[in-house]
Amino acid sequence: MIRKHSLAIGASLAVLAVGAAHAQANRAEVIHWWTSGGESAAIQEIANGYKAAGGTWVDSAIAGGEAARSAAINRIVGGNPSTAAQFNTSQQFLDIVKGGMLNNVDEVAKKNDWDKILPAPILKSIKIDGHFYAVPVNIHMPAWFWYSKAAFAKAGIAAEPKTPEEFFAALDKLKAAGITPVAFGGQPWQEKIVFDALLAHIGGSDLYLKVYKGDQKAIASPEFKNVLASFKKLKSYTDAGSPNRNWNDATSMVISGKAGVQIMGDWAKGEFQAAKQTAGKEFGCFPGFGPKAPYIIAGDVFVFPKTTDAAAIKSQQLLATVMTSPATQVAFNNKKGSIPIRTDVDAKSMDTCAQQGIAAMKDVSRQLPNSEMLVAPDITGALQDVVTKFWNTNQSVDDAVKAVGAAVKG
Amino acid sequence: MSAAARPGSHWLRHGVVYAAMLPMLATVLFAYLGTVFWSVRVSVSSSRTLPSSDFVGMAQYTRLFASERWLLSLENVVVFGVIFIAACLVLGFLLAVFIDQKVAGEGVLRTVFLYPYAMSFVATGLIWQWVLNPELGIQSTVRALGFETFTFDWIATQDKVMYAIALAAVWQAAGLVMALMLAGLRGIDDSLWKAARIDGIPTWRVYMSIVLPMLGPSIGTAVVLLSVSVVKVYDVVVAMTQGGPGLASEVPGKFIMDNLFGRANIGLASAASTVLLLTVLALLAPWMYARARAARNGGHR
Repeated sequence: MIRKHSLAIGASLAVLAVGAAHAQANRAEVIHWWTSGGESAAIQEIANGYKAAGGTWVDSAIAGGEAARSAAINRIVGGNPSTAAQFNTSQQFLDIVKGGMLNNVDEVAKKNDWDKILPAPILKSIKIDGHFYAVPVNIHMPAWFWYSKAAFAKAGIAAEPKTPEEFFAALDKLKAAGITPVAFGGQPWQEKIVFDALLAHIGGSDLYLKVYKGDQKAIASPEFKNVLASFKKLKSYTDAGSPNRNWNDATSMVISGKAGVQIMGDWAKGEFQAAKQTAGKEFGCFPGFGPKAPYIIAGDVFVFPKTTDAAAIKSQQLLATVMTSPATQVAFNNKKGSIPIRTDVDAKSMDTCAQQGIAAMKDVSRQLPNSEMLVAPDITGALQDVVTKFWNTNQSVDDAVKAVGAAVKG
Repeated sequence: MSAAARPGSHWLRHGVVYAAMLPMLATVLFAYLGTVFWSVRVSVSSSRTLPSSDFVGMAQYTRLFASERWLLSLENVVVFGVIFIAACLVLGFLLAVFIDQKVAGEGVLRTVFLYPYAMSFVATGLIWQWVLNPELGIQSTVRALGFETFTFDWIATQDKVMYAIALAAVWQAAGLVMALMLAGLRGIDDSLWKAARIDGIPTWRVYMSIVLPMLGPSIGTAVVLLSVSVVKVYDVVVAMTQGGPGLASEVPGKFIMDNLFGRANIGLASAASTVLLLTVLALLAPWMYARARAARNGGHR
């Protein structure tokens, strides 16, 4: 601990003394927020890959995404940026790109043919005005359906639901069997994930994209009202303890078979693994209803703050190359619980959920960008407020429609 | 120091004092006031992720007061403030009176009552969240004892969640009020009690009509301390409800933090903090005025 500390102090001193920064070969200071057990093991894979490529990795882990992002931005504004900084695959870094504060990684992107190998929604997020400003490292799917096989068997549900109707029928069966049908964590961000899932799976990809583009006609359409009504209907399948429940507490309800289904990101898989459960055996997963269901894409990227220091630029290029190389991608994503950004990797070592995910990613028509890629953080936040209010109060569907319409305008 | 150095030492002494105060003065001027002015400046710009130097007038304030969540936050903080301050004062006073009865184990009790204030709400808020959770805490325990219809689900109910938060906050701060009141009670001369006893005045009457008015300064200090903690209330909400269910327990402090970091909207966040700053000043000004006046009157006496 102490050694780590003095190392950090040493590192910051090295940054202050410009001359000293050149002393180490390809020194890269990386700000990220992967601090939990599985996450730090995952970033260690990237660090190992970077060291193997001849670099010196300086780890700047800051707990919490918001804290890490604001630290990165503060250091960029303050003129003492890190070599690389983590953001989500989203519009979070759009403002600093527009402010001319990032170096692009066009060279690495061209050499590795990113235009061909990366999925379109991710390309759209990282390629701004024809330049590549971020390196994607993983694809997270924020809205998987996780279910307890034991609970489904007890309720007499034979197969995974293939349509919204079958889904609600299954929930009714779970309820009749005395099981909490939906394991729900009533925190605004979780409510938003469930809302986005229903918008994509009940409303469909087209409606989803139109709503996030601020199409007022789509927002006032009967289809969108149906999505809102279905979302609200889901509440009758949750228990009284759901408000403010943490996502992992909800996951453990599925693990113990007390609840049937949870709609949550693929990071929930870590909870099942920690409870010694295997995908396909004790629990099941499906990314949506039926074989053509949209697959929502989210994830993490690293950006490279602007610098004219040739050595630092070399480090940035090397980092970008290592992060996207197939070997690092598989090693990193296996530990992270996400899937690789490229589909040309060997998926055999991954579990059935990840394999389902990779299969879904191969079908371009199923790829659907996460809402944060489509609108600014400000608007995501405003929509989250609308969704949480609608879920928790007696607000009518029509009033919610008006609130959504106002929120997407920003 | 020799006597010969005396005439010059006046200046020397003052010089040293001022020199010693310089670092603090600089800190206050640049680090504290400087950032306050910077925040106010940002609040009249169109800043989002990065601070920008344009001028958009009152646009952020207009947007702020058009935001349903901000208005709800203000409403919540008023409800919370009234309950919290009133309950803390009453409970703190009663605890102080109780301890002032020269009870056995006074030192232990005083520590026990004051202890919650020393603990971080990030930790205790989590425990409160479990205790109040209808599926885990009091409600399910009492129901398991056989009272099937017992309901205590404030924390999960839209219109009662602020009471649940106030409950936890009172638990934390009542001890501090007790300490302040107890200091005041100890300052009251024993002869006063003896005189009242001779006159045959009932004890409760002495407390209401004589002791309470004499505790004025203690109460004033307690109210100011509590008011400031009401305005900046944040940790208890984050630890217990994260603003939920829905928006029912949102508070201004959380609105600012969310917009500052998560929502990359520092212009709006700065506008909200400026409004909070003005609120604090409005609360402090009457108190400082009253104190200055009391000090002047005290001088005449």
